[in-house]
Amino acid sequence: MGVRVKVAGVGLHPFGRFEGRTITEMGVHAVRAALAEAGNPPFQAAFCGTAYGGVATGHKVLGALALTGGPIVDVEAGCASGGAALQLAAGAIRAGEYDSVLVFGVEKMPKGIIRSSFFEPWREQAGLAATPAYFALRAQRVLREAGLTKAHLAEVVVKNRRNGVHNPDAMFRTAVTAEEVLASRVVCEPLHLWMLCSPNEGAAAVVLQRDDGRVGGVTLAAARLRSHLPGSVLGEATPLSGIDDTDIVPPSTLAAHDAYAEAGIGPEDLDLVECQDTDAARELLAYQELGLCAPGDQARMLAEPTVTVNPSGGLLSRGEPLGASALGQVVEIVRQLRGEAGGRQVEGARTGLAHTVGRGANACCVVLTR
Amino acid sequence: MTAIAEGLFETAADGTISLIGGWSPTSGRFHFPLLDVCPYSGEADVERVLLSRDATLWAWTAVTAAPPGYEGPVPFGFGVVELTAERLRIVTRLREADPTRLAFGQPLTLVADELPGGVVTWAFA
Repeated sequence: MGVRVKVAGVGLHPFGRFEGRTITEMGVHAVRAALAEAGNPPFQAAFCGTAYGGVATGHKVLGALALTGGPIVDVEAGCASGGAALQLAAGAIRAGEYDSVLVFGVEKMPKGIIRSSFFEPWREQAGLAATPAYFALRAQRVLREAGLTKAHLAEVVVKNRRNGVHNPDAMFRTAVTAEEVLASRVVCEPLHLWMLCSPNEGAAAVVLQRDDGRVGGVTLAAARLRSHLPGSVLGEATPLSGIDDTDIVPPSTLAAHDAYAEAGIGPEDLDLVECQDTDAARELLAYQELGLCAPGDQARMLAEPTVTVNPSGGLLSRGEPLGASALGQVVEIVRQLRGEAGGRQVEGARTGLAHTVGRGANACCVVLTR
Repeated sequence: MTAIAEGLFETAADGTISLIGGWSPTSGRFHFPLLDVCPYSGEADVERVLLSRDATLWAWTAVTAAPPGYEGPVPFGFGVVELTAERLRIVTRLREADPTRLAFGQPLTLVADELPGGVVTWAFA
């Protein structure tokens, strides 16, 4: 067996909106907490996930802590940026290049509909760069193909918001009813406002180390990033511009297969999953992409879940600071595996999966075990 | 009247428009907008084609707030149509902005669509 990578410490700046607080300050908060948990070890390299942070975001954070000098690399892979940073760090440790690496993600998202340089100017001018509208088209197809209704979308929101009540680091900490979800305004049919996550702000950090053989602790069993296969770039899952929607495997499934193979597990071994619930339908699609249920079996998975999904409250409760989002999931799973998750604890959790997918397309799956 | 971008569609003498796509003999697949290289096979063997103007509706919604960079009216219809001959799916504006008046598989036809400032793009109606 090759080198094992362990999680020596995690830290989080709560996700939300923080007027007057800089992205650097949030990053410092998370990094300091993760390093303190790990016993303030030296680290030989740092990878920083961010999509909107700008030039040398990671340098600013570590500069504020007088921790520069080693290589600092900012990593951008859309919503999966933090997962990409984690894969690079873990790979470097496995390769024997480093034995201690700091990984962090920071973001302060602009307000309103996310503007992305991904789209050509003419697409914006024609109104074809409407991010929530793409989510809506995907949601409509998920509902159709799995025989679901808006009531199922509301059910996902109710579940995740109920979980978020117990998460002190979440943006929204109140439970909601299905009636309230369906009464919130329609953003893009079939998606109502409360079925969509909020782009927001926050930071998360993880210290990875070469496993010294001590028993216990959390192991990073896999961190795998994949991109879309040729021809399917406009869709994160169903290719919106392909000739057939069943012949191109989506990046989430590619990443999940890679992660399961690397960790030597299957979806049936998972005790909890933090998945990309950008909108309520995105979570339902993830169930089949990650192999948690058969395609079209989402209604049963919701009614009789075989694994706990989004115990943190998901993006629907936490919001989505792109560069920090994937590492926020990792922090949650580490706390769950350590039994430190308080009112949202999944009892006896030993294996967890974090899943992010977004523009690019990029998808990342991380497996953590205890 | 100016086209929203060069090379997306052709306008005939009677004002009807046709989208300009590509077809690659190696992949056997169509794509839109036209690229130099086939997005499926990576081969530089793309032939320029005028795509069929008839389609069926595959997915749709209405955009209720102006997205970034857009100055036209809201709400507006937005969706994916499948071109009948090529079976190619295209992200498009839709003339119909009321989602309740549309149905899966509904036949639609390509039309020119005018945006503020005399800018012309395409839609399906």
